[in-house]
Amino acid sequence: MKQFLVFIRKEFFHVFRDRRTLLIMFGLPVVQIVLFGFALTSEVKDITLTVIDQSGDVNTQQLIRKIKSSSYFIVNETSVDYNDIETAFKKGTAKSALIFPPNFGNDLQHGGKAQLQLLTDGSDPNIAKTVVNYITAITTAYQQEISPSQKLPYTILTESRMLYNEEGNGSLNFIPGVMALVLMIVCTALTSVSVVREKELGTMEILLVSPFKPLLVLIAKAIPYLLLSLANFILILVLAVFVLDVGIKGSIVLLFLESMLFIITCLSLGLMISNTTNSQQTALLISMMGMMIPTMIFTGFMFPLENMPKPFQIISNVVPSRWYFLIVKSVMLKGLGFSYVWKETLVLLGMTTVALTIALKNFKTRLS
Amino acid sequence: MIVCKDLTKRFGDFYAVNKISFDVNKGEIFGFLGANGAGKTTAMRILCGLSHPTSGEATVAGFNVYKQAESIKKNIGYMSQKFSLYENLTVLENIEFFGGVYGVSAAEIRKRSDNLVQKLGLTAEAKKLVGALPLGWKQKLAFSVAIFHQPRIVFLDEPTGGVDPVTRRQFWDMIYEAAADGITIFVTTHYMDEAEYCNRITIMVDGKVEALDSPANLKAQFKADNMDEVFYQLARGAKRSGD
Repeated sequence: MKQFLVFIRKEFFHVFRDRRTLLIMFGLPVVQIVLFGFALTSEVKDITLTVIDQSGDVNTQQLIRKIKSSSYFIVNETSVDYNDIETAFKKGTAKSALIFPPNFGNDLQHGGKAQLQLLTDGSDPNIAKTVVNYITAITTAYQQEISPSQKLPYTILTESRMLYNEEGNGSLNFIPGVMALVLMIVCTALTSVSVVREKELGTMEILLVSPFKPLLVLIAKAIPYLLLSLANFILILVLAVFVLDVGIKGSIVLLFLESMLFIITCLSLGLMISNTTNSQQTALLISMMGMMIPTMIFTGFMFPLENMPKPFQIISNVVPSRWYFLIVKSVMLKGLGFSYVWKETLVLLGMTTVALTIALKNFKTRLS
Repeated sequence: MIVCKDLTKRFGDFYAVNKISFDVNKGEIFGFLGANGAGKTTAMRILCGLSHPTSGEATVAGFNVYKQAESIKKNIGYMSQKFSLYENLTVLENIEFFGGVYGVSAAEIRKRSDNLVQKLGLTAEAKKLVGALPLGWKQKLAFSVAIFHQPRIVFLDEPTGGVDPVTRRQFWDMIYEAAADGITIFVTTHYMDEAEYCNRITIMVDGKVEALDSPANLKAQFKADNMDEVFYQLARGAKRSGD
């Protein structure tokens, strides 16, 4: 036991003396959170909307005020001529424009029907669609407001709610994704490199000649990274809660335990890689290419898995982070209990067993 | 200390070590010579408990290599041609780590490491990272660490590779000192002048022991002026070459 502690102490020395490793470990989650949280947001806010009001009556003014008061638009009322609007789009000075024809209010009040034109920049379809949706919603609301007494024979109102995320906060989806990604990179890459480094330096030989048990070498290598990863996990969680306002709805204990399981899965993968390679570069390359890219693509937080062709959906099943992502989403965002995530937990347990078995088997054959 | 009888290691139909037999006595400096690929390293790995022999018998410090590898490991020290201390640990931390892995108590480690650091003249560098030391010092330190837990036998695999002649000389002084303390030394080398420092040497050719005696006797037997000539006469007959 004492030998074991001596070994773990040594591993911590390695980690803390290697500034690059430390930077990767704790810089990565911070950078990821900031990037995904602020730079890569999928919400559309503060869109510049050029308004050309050729009518200038009460109705158009009321409608424009409504649009202004929503947080989605910055209304630009500089009087651009209707004929110049296309040039503005070409130059990129306008991304969306709302045009009220002359007599808008008159038509609405006397004819009971008025038209307005909404132009959007289709080269950015995401924003264009969002603009259309927002403006439609605002005009519909306005329409009901000015004619409440007017009873239509049949009305269907779609009352939509985004469950678990009423405000459409984009952070909610990627936080579990970032957690999966960071833990995957830190655990898998760093563990595999740390074992292979000893092989390269020749210290592994010394360790194998010593009375220290080979199995313990593996465990002692993994433990510091387990602890550091847990610290990392807590860091991400703190950032998520206090910087990005993502609440934890479910049990923190369950979330912690499931994360520990996922970390162990990643550590096992790292050990598996390190025992089948002989150079740090190979180990790093395999863990980056073989783990990071599939994690980005097949976890489901960047690209929806449901839209992928069937073969890719099947491939995604072997990516551990995919299951962890589901677990975190269920527990953290929906507040579900263990009875909802036991299947995913079982899958992770199975993957860990397989990876560890392969790791140990390879470690033994190297000794004979 | 070491007894080998008909020790064989076969990989497929390749006999890396072919029926070698020799004894090493307590406190002896036993040189193990051979061209690259002659089977030195394989033989050494078997004796260290890293590899199982295909057939034959061998005991190290009285323990059987087949069944008592764990007991062997407790009683031997090992230093390889690759430098093998941790570069980003300090001198003292390296000593503490390897001492700890061999189960030396913390109090004992402190006492012995103080002596060791003083003896090596590294007092000022004790808290510096090993990576900052010159190669010669690293090698001397690595040897000291290999015998730190006072093993009965120490295996040195080409310990002086890449080291300057003066440091090599000092290194051999350390080896003599360790032998005088009763530690058996089992050393492989490529330097024939170093072979002369050994009490007895074996020369391996193509997996077999072709010669085994004291350097003086071997020179007489092969009618040679120095060990170089003895070695060339034997190695010329080798069919294998390279690693």
